[in-house]
Amino acid sequence: MSIEITKVGKRFGDFVALDDVSVDIPTGQLTALLGPSGGGKSTLLRIIAGLETADSGSVRIEGTEATHLPPQKRNVGFVFQHYAAFKHMTVAKNVAFGLEIRKRPKDEVQRRVAELLDLVHLSQFAHRLPSQLSGGQRQRMALARALAVEPNVLLLDEPFGALDAKVRKELRDWLRRLHDEVHVTTVFVTHDQEEALEVADKIVVINDGRIEQIGTPDELYDKPGNDFVMSFLGPVTTLDGHLVRPHDIDLSDDDKVAGSVPGVITRLVRIGFEVRLHVRTDNEPDVLVTMTRTHARGLEAGSKVWLVPTKGARTVPTLDRREPAAAG
Amino acid sequence: MANPHLREPVAVRWLLRVVAIGYVFMLVAWPTSLIARNTFADGMTGLRTALDDPIVQHSLQMTAIVALSAVVINTVFGVGISLLLVRYDFPGKRVLSALIDLPMSVSPIVVGLALLLVYSGSYGWFGQGLEEAGIQVVFATPGMVMATVFVALPLVIREVVPVLHEIGDEQEQAARSLGANAVQTFRRITLPSIKWAVVYGVVLSLARSLGEYGAVKVVSGNIAHQTQTATLVVEQKYQNFEQTTAYSTAFLLAAAAVLCLVVVSVLRPKEEKS
Repeated sequence: MSIEITKVGKRFGDFVALDDVSVDIPTGQLTALLGPSGGGKSTLLRIIAGLETADSGSVRIEGTEATHLPPQKRNVGFVFQHYAAFKHMTVAKNVAFGLEIRKRPKDEVQRRVAELLDLVHLSQFAHRLPSQLSGGQRQRMALARALAVEPNVLLLDEPFGALDAKVRKELRDWLRRLHDEVHVTTVFVTHDQEEALEVADKIVVINDGRIEQIGTPDELYDKPGNDFVMSFLGPVTTLDGHLVRPHDIDLSDDDKVAGSVPGVITRLVRIGFEVRLHVRTDNEPDVLVTMTRTHARGLEAGSKVWLVPTKGARTVPTLDRREPAAAG
Repeated sequence: MANPHLREPVAVRWLLRVVAIGYVFMLVAWPTSLIARNTFADGMTGLRTALDDPIVQHSLQMTAIVALSAVVINTVFGVGISLLLVRYDFPGKRVLSALIDLPMSVSPIVVGLALLLVYSGSYGWFGQGLEEAGIQVVFATPGMVMATVFVALPLVIREVVPVLHEIGDEQEQAARSLGANAVQTFRRITLPSIKWAVVYGVVLSLARSLGEYGAVKVVSGNIAHQTQTATLVVEQKYQNFEQTTAYSTAFLLAAAAVLCLVVVSVLRPKEEKS
């Protein structure tokens, strides 16, 4: 295990950012810390980097006890959401920073910087200042700078959060390919479930300072441990007291399927190939059903329909947590 | 530029300009230019007389020593206190921040008296002890430097603090995670980022220190050839009807301050273009 986090707790005043969190992050993989804002995922990343200290618990990096090590002794690379570019230095100088601090010989620094700039496709910008780069380029520079010191682990805090949607998608692909090339243990924080599902080998879902579930993207999507994980990883709707994905609902115009729930279509929205139906049943709120254009042919607002989860679809009872104190 | 539709009518704009320029002219430019006119009323004779006067010579030297020492001290502590205020949380932080503004609101003469109460050899709290140890504070250079440091204390801090806030601490954290220790981070990352704020603070402090009068007058004892600074000489010469010398010395003080500001404004745009 590359990073072992054991019973880490952290408070900011009365606010509990992390509550007894334990997680092991495997070597060489790309792990996502996924969760809503304020859930504690960035705090956990900053504790791994040493930029924040844990109130309790311990952190080991590559087998070394690191709980009380200052950040400069942990040999981690950290990439910030807002790049944290050294504004007064050129791109090349930014990348060289860690190596110069380590007093590496000049020719080695030059060679390594050239290599890394090539890796992040910024060779032609070596002598520019960060202010002359686009957001995506700045973030690639920050990544090269973090990789320059050959860190044991690479930590990325919402690395694409400040970029526009298109660049974000490009960089996401690029990060995955880069990781396949470099194989450094990487942990990145995101609140975007699509990003986590697409890029990560393993996802740790964090909410309210606690870990909700750990697993591969497939495991989390197909077998969410609770309603939070299920609803965070993709769209959900409530059918007959169960959370179910809107595309996992079968719709028929008769009640022949056992357990199907009757309802009336109240609204029908078409977005390209996809059709979204709002179906009013006996329970509030309306059930959301998505299907392709072909399947929705012939349906219109006012049609009477019967709904049932598709065979084999994952459903989670909604009352899991909202039951007041009965569970505890 | 502002949206033309949102601008005031032409007449209002001209009125505002005339009022602003007239105000600054009557209050600052005209009186200051009169000093220069009086200095050079007889060509260079006035300046020459002043510079040949040993009392003036010594006072200029004192002013240089006191002002430069005060600026160095205020720069070092100013940057240190700014970092403390912006980057760290500690009990009493707001009190410290308020105290730093005190020299701005308190009359320098009060500062002088306060320092006397603490460091005076005959009745100060520390004064006697220090004097027995052979350290003369009041009526000597250390006291004058202290008084000057006191009055110019907030200038560096008030320039540096907003810039530190603005740059945030992510660059510093990035440097730390790349292996830099605190000193390396400060030298390579923080200092270059706040460089211009420090330069501005230094220039303002220098101008303020050169011109300090009240506090220095109280703690120096105003002894010619010993503890008299240029501002004290100006007042004394003026009282003694040596107007030309007074104007000339005053002119030198004003010129030094203006020179500081000019040097900075010449340097600064070059830096931003690169």
